[in-house]
Amino acid sequence: MGIEGQEHLWDKEVKGHRTYNDIRIYSDEQLKNYTDEELKNFKIKHATPIIDELEKGPWPSFVSDIKREALHRKKLGQENLMMPMEACEDLLGIVELSYKEGETHWKHGGIVGVLGYGGGVIGRYCDQQAKFPAVAHFHTIRVNQPSAKFYTSDWLRAFCDICEYRGSGMTNLHGSTGDLVILGSVTEQLEPLFFDLTHDMGVDLGGSGGNLRTPSDCIGKARCEFACYDTMDLCYDMTMTFQDELHRPAFPYKFKFKFDGCPNCCTASIARSDMAYIGNWKDDIRINHEAVKSYVGGEIPRNGGAVQANWGPFNIQEEIIDLCPTKCMHWDGKKLSINNAECTRCMHCIAAMPEALRVGADQGLSISFGAKAPILEGAQLALMTIPFMYAKKPYDSLKDLVRKVFDWWIEEGKNRERIGETIQRVSLKKFIEVLGIPPMPQMIKEPRSNPYVFFKESEVPGGWTRDINEYRKRHPR
Amino acid sequence: MSKGKFGYFDPKKPLENRITDIGPQRFEQFLPPVIRRNYGKWVSHRILEPGLLVHVSETGEKAYTVRAAAPRLISVEYIREVCDVADKYCNGYVRWTTRNNIEFITDKEDTAKALKKELDSRKYHGGSYKFPTGGTGFGITNIVHTQGWVHCHTPATDASGSVKATADVLFDYFKSMKLPAKLRVAMACCLNMCGAVHCSDIALLGYHRKPPTIDHEVLGKVCEIPLVIAACPLYAIKPFTTPEGTKSVTINNEKCMYCGNCYTMCMALPLADSEGDGIAILVGGKISNRISGPKFSKVVIPWLPNNMPRWPEVTDVVKKIVEVYAGDANKYERLGDWAARIGWEKFFEKTGIPFTEKSLDDYRLAVDTYRTTTQFKFTEHAWAVSKAVGGI
Repeated sequence: MGIEGQEHLWDKEVKGHRTYNDIRIYSDEQLKNYTDEELKNFKIKHATPIIDELEKGPWPSFVSDIKREALHRKKLGQENLMMPMEACEDLLGIVELSYKEGETHWKHGGIVGVLGYGGGVIGRYCDQQAKFPAVAHFHTIRVNQPSAKFYTSDWLRAFCDICEYRGSGMTNLHGSTGDLVILGSVTEQLEPLFFDLTHDMGVDLGGSGGNLRTPSDCIGKARCEFACYDTMDLCYDMTMTFQDELHRPAFPYKFKFKFDGCPNCCTASIARSDMAYIGNWKDDIRINHEAVKSYVGGEIPRNGGAVQANWGPFNIQEEIIDLCPTKCMHWDGKKLSINNAECTRCMHCIAAMPEALRVGADQGLSISFGAKAPILEGAQLALMTIPFMYAKKPYDSLKDLVRKVFDWWIEEGKNRERIGETIQRVSLKKFIEVLGIPPMPQMIKEPRSNPYVFFKESEVPGGWTRDINEYRKRHPR
Repeated sequence: MSKGKFGYFDPKKPLENRITDIGPQRFEQFLPPVIRRNYGKWVSHRILEPGLLVHVSETGEKAYTVRAAAPRLISVEYIREVCDVADKYCNGYVRWTTRNNIEFITDKEDTAKALKKELDSRKYHGGSYKFPTGGTGFGITNIVHTQGWVHCHTPATDASGSVKATADVLFDYFKSMKLPAKLRVAMACCLNMCGAVHCSDIALLGYHRKPPTIDHEVLGKVCEIPLVIAACPLYAIKPFTTPEGTKSVTINNEKCMYCGNCYTMCMALPLADSEGDGIAILVGGKISNRISGPKFSKVVIPWLPNNMPRWPEVTDVVKKIVEVYAGDANKYERLGDWAARIGWEKFFEKTGIPFTEKSLDDYRLAVDTYRTTTQFKFTEHAWAVSKAVGGI
């Protein structure tokens, strides 16, 4: 965690690490407090015939799951819960009502939070409080997930206890941005919850509102051969560096960092983040020529075994060479060659023959800005802005770049305007001036087709102020 | 951790022993030993069967990963069961993916296979699987989604339920890898798209069709009117004083696109309406840069009704699109690349989805999506136009 010297607080491989038993709320008897038979026969207090239908079918049923939690809470009893015992029963009740009527019953959120923070908690109230009192107040708490969402059962069990004791027992793993989400708490429980999260679990809240949202990353070098930089470490480091921006809203609107280790963009950085860090390389694709032959000979399954359909024997010409978007590859029947200067690193050949081709060894990242979903000015994909940067600790040049972006956007951005929209409004030209970088053709798909080019007065000899009398000497009226 | 109403927190001394700005837990301590030993040393991977992967390190070590689906909305009882499985097979290590799948990692193939078998054996009394394994390769993995009627104030539909219904219909594709390429389905229950679905192969999007209804009685008291006016991207909101002298706003219904941005700023302008609300279907988006660049999903059905609890109109069309794509696309071809290659007129013809005037863009920069070439294919749609002008 962020407290120095406690980076291995929960490390099972380190002696004396913290365990679930050290901080647990519930005893084993309380955790195993119902039988399978009881669960089978359990009926919640509301009739829910419509959503009961969603218990059928193969996909995991959230309705069956909420019912199980409802039974567990009932058996725990109100004396062992700080939130209403019947929260899950009333949650199912209110969802059933929405299924019956076709409209939501959650009200607009209010402003709630913990002292000194402006984000991390979203107020939530239901509009049928008399019928469903146990979910009358049902706030969301965002908790900052660890990089690439790795956990130990010790830590997760502790998280479960606090979610159940001071929340409804329902969670999102994970929210859309990446946070661990505790559903269903009330205002007066926020401080005790925050106290135990920070002291006992060593974890902080995530972002909400006009601030840096909780950064998220792909699995990176932990288990992926495509990762071109250490996504997990950079995600962690940037999260720690910009804690103030994350907890205390000072931005025009939300700002998201997402860290993808390669152009496959598993974390959707290119579509969903204001600043996308996408792994890239600048040397040659590494080729294992023997393995290429094995693919051609059918000894290694194509695309890492991802294909079960009957595609027949592997055809390197049809499946690799012809599908290369830049046609920079050649197969002469014996040997594969790549004209790397023409390669745009789309990753198709590497993904299709992962045991023969590897991303280059001179690795770093590209940065694109301004992706967002449609609200308000329409959806945008991230704009390719920085072609390549090394991503080495302590990441100073990356942090300097982020500070330039924040300083400018805080000043220039309008209320509820994402940075992609600000760039659109004031122009990419202005944005790169702020970053102090020259324009490059890689920033565009094609040159502009309208000739309405704006010049600065200083760019035109003599400036814009002219003497009409001088003009008239040359051109009488 | 503490017990009792305030636990260790002392409301009289809120700043005492306060810890802030500590961020997330440092990740190394949560990595399984085989991952720690081979961090940054991976050279390749294979999917051995749907839901089971092996990654090979330059050290020669292998990491086996079993992938299982989880709903996004889960209880602590569910997480505890995940922990039980992780304790039994993986010394307590477990992770989640960005698409709400759970991954168990071990360095032994036998352990992985036994674990996979156990995950597939666990079911609810209602009949559904708890942790079905799959979601790898050229199939359909978990559907990411938003809060819906379980927890949100702006949805035009439910998320968990519409996803459950859709995932049930697509279950065989989750358990297999027989598609031309991977296919990603996503669901967002309103235009805000907190779970951005705008770059998915198939996106379900909750959509309102009625402008906000105005609560004149309270609007002026609970909302900042200038902010409400400024919130509208189409300048459809104007200040208004009721005959009784109450400050409020009016909305030009003809201009409104039901985005709900005003409702986000002001609780006195709710949109939800059982007759108006439903689901739009978008297709052909992607986020990967593989072969072609990332692209947006395109609206192919502007609205389908909320028919709870199973949304059959929605699931039927999703299934149809997947089946037509599966039968028609080339190797490695994503849905959007397939539609672009065959031409969108052929997409509508092959899927049988009606092409209506609502598919002709009429928002900003609409002209960007209009065809400006004589290159097109003849379909019934084209003959209908020719007939309508008396050309044939």
